[in-house]
Amino acid sequence: MDFELTNQHRLARAAAREFARCELAPYAQQWDETMTFPAEALKKLAQLGFMGISIPQPYGGCGLDSISYVLIIEELAKVCASTAIIVSVHNSVCAYPIYVLGTEEQKSTYLVPLSRGEKLGAFALTEPNAGSDPASLETSAERHGDCYVLNGTKTFITSGSTADIIIVMARTDRAKRSRGITAFIVERSFGGITPGMKENKLGIRASDTCELIFKNCEVPADNVLGEVGNGLGAALDTLTFGRVGVGAQALGVAECAFEESVRYSRQRKQFGKPLADFQAIQWMLADMATEIEAARFLVYRAALLKDHNKPFAAEASMSKLYASETAMRCATKAVQIHGGYGCMKDYRVERCFRDAKVIEIYEGTSEIQRLIIARSLK
Amino acid sequence: MAPLQIIVTVKQVPDTTEVRIDPKTNSLIREGVPSIINPEDRHAIEAALCLKDQHGATVTALSMGPPQAAAVLEEALALGVDKAILLSDRVFAGSDTLVTAFTLSRAIMKQGAFDLILCGRQAIDGDTAQVGPQLAGFLGLPQVTYAEDISYADNVLTVRRRLEDCSEWVRVHLPALVTVCAGIRQLRYPSLYNLVAACAPDRIIRWTAQDLNVPASMLGFAASPTTVKKIFEPERNTRVEIIEGDPRTMVHQLIEKLRNLQAL
Repeated sequence: MDFELTNQHRLARAAAREFARCELAPYAQQWDETMTFPAEALKKLAQLGFMGISIPQPYGGCGLDSISYVLIIEELAKVCASTAIIVSVHNSVCAYPIYVLGTEEQKSTYLVPLSRGEKLGAFALTEPNAGSDPASLETSAERHGDCYVLNGTKTFITSGSTADIIIVMARTDRAKRSRGITAFIVERSFGGITPGMKENKLGIRASDTCELIFKNCEVPADNVLGEVGNGLGAALDTLTFGRVGVGAQALGVAECAFEESVRYSRQRKQFGKPLADFQAIQWMLADMATEIEAARFLVYRAALLKDHNKPFAAEASMSKLYASETAMRCATKAVQIHGGYGCMKDYRVERCFRDAKVIEIYEGTSEIQRLIIARSLK
Repeated sequence: MAPLQIIVTVKQVPDTTEVRIDPKTNSLIREGVPSIINPEDRHAIEAALCLKDQHGATVTALSMGPPQAAAVLEEALALGVDKAILLSDRVFAGSDTLVTAFTLSRAIMKQGAFDLILCGRQAIDGDTAQVGPQLAGFLGLPQVTYAEDISYADNVLTVRRRLEDCSEWVRVHLPALVTVCAGIRQLRYPSLYNLVAACAPDRIIRWTAQDLNVPASMLGFAASPTTVKKIFEPERNTRVEIIEGDPRTMVHQLIEKLRNLQAL
């Protein structure tokens, strides 16, 4: 058993850390407040390969392993959780399923520009009446000649109004429930797609989350991803990898809350001594450090299992569940340690607190993760 | 025209400006301190890569150090350097600046023809700024130190030197050696695209003393004329005094205190 990172992992982490410090840290707070999509930063990230982290080089990606991927998302999230989720969604639930399920033609048409960051990717599964229960989705895809015509509404879509290429789950067979759903690669330029209002969210505010309304959106039959009727299985497999990325994002938020708390409790004095000298604060910091370490190993292990081509669905859920709840607990303690200042937008932990709550919910709520874990127990 | 052959010397240093010293051995305590490319060497790499972008060049990073110094060469490769050579041998241990420069010069002679050598001005652990100039001496090259901007045309470099209270423009014919100051340009970020290739096995060329064909007596601690007599951390006795009151009173008090300290 070896817990050491390789030089390649360390370099990947250092590259993300340096970029985040120089290109995200100065603006992240403002992006959050003004709900500004970090378009310029994403362009720079694309030039450096961040939009095709684990996609093999022949398809325009960097060919890095999943450990590198989670280290990168963790570092971005430490500074800007919104940028981290945009990058994570693009890589793990848009580009990755095209790599796994796509035909060679689909890969050359879509994967290459996605990996190079020339196009931005999104993933549209959730609907107003189909959240944790995706099998009840209603968006329809009817076959008309060489095309499928999509009608329906998707909600809470990350990068919804910005993405160029969207993996859309739609119902091709009303008679079948989960086996009647098909995945499509949809270009925004196909037409018939209207973004709804950008959601004004609690956290992850710089990410562009909105409704997507499909009205007679014509998608060539060649753009079916995987098999007709097997979309939900594909979606859920895809979300497994996505969950590890979100676990890494949560880890980054937790670490930020922790590091800010350590720094603040050393500086801030009450009753003539630094907060860090009080046992009540030390215990909070000790718990945060311990839980972060546990979350880290869950996230890294899930990534490692994937790299070794072993089943990792339960581990991915464990990492997402534990890391996101750790982020929430750490952010709550961080705000408590900061006292009144922790409630102010001038202090970094305020954003951690809001971001952590969102992370507990998206990409499968804590409850859904527990359901998946429970089903895996034998 | 053949692309420029540029060599950049790179040193692995601890990532801190607050290096602690072991008082018994007079050496730096490196345990627990992550290592990085010496910051001004990174600027030298940047200068090389800018010349490569503008004029075409093959850039080779050269480092001397323990096997783990390969990490900084991998980072250099991730930044866009084409080749990397690591000089690593127990015999090299304890080299002072003169012997380090000598060893590097033999490696440069072995690797073949070159047009330009770029070095960081100085390393953050030793702060001597000697290796670059000594290397130029061993190779019989013209040298330009403290470069803050470099441009190239027709085998001539025009270098802006950052001096204490002015800048100086110098023209130098290649081959030459230039030492580079921090802040020469906005540094590029390592690219994830380069990482797989940078970390591929055998990507780094590794040479020992034997490869350089130099007798051990001319290398390492034994051959180094410099003896470190004592090395110590300066005592810190800073005192903080907070002046309170309205702005006018505070300013008056501050001026009085500075006058008493003969700082004004």
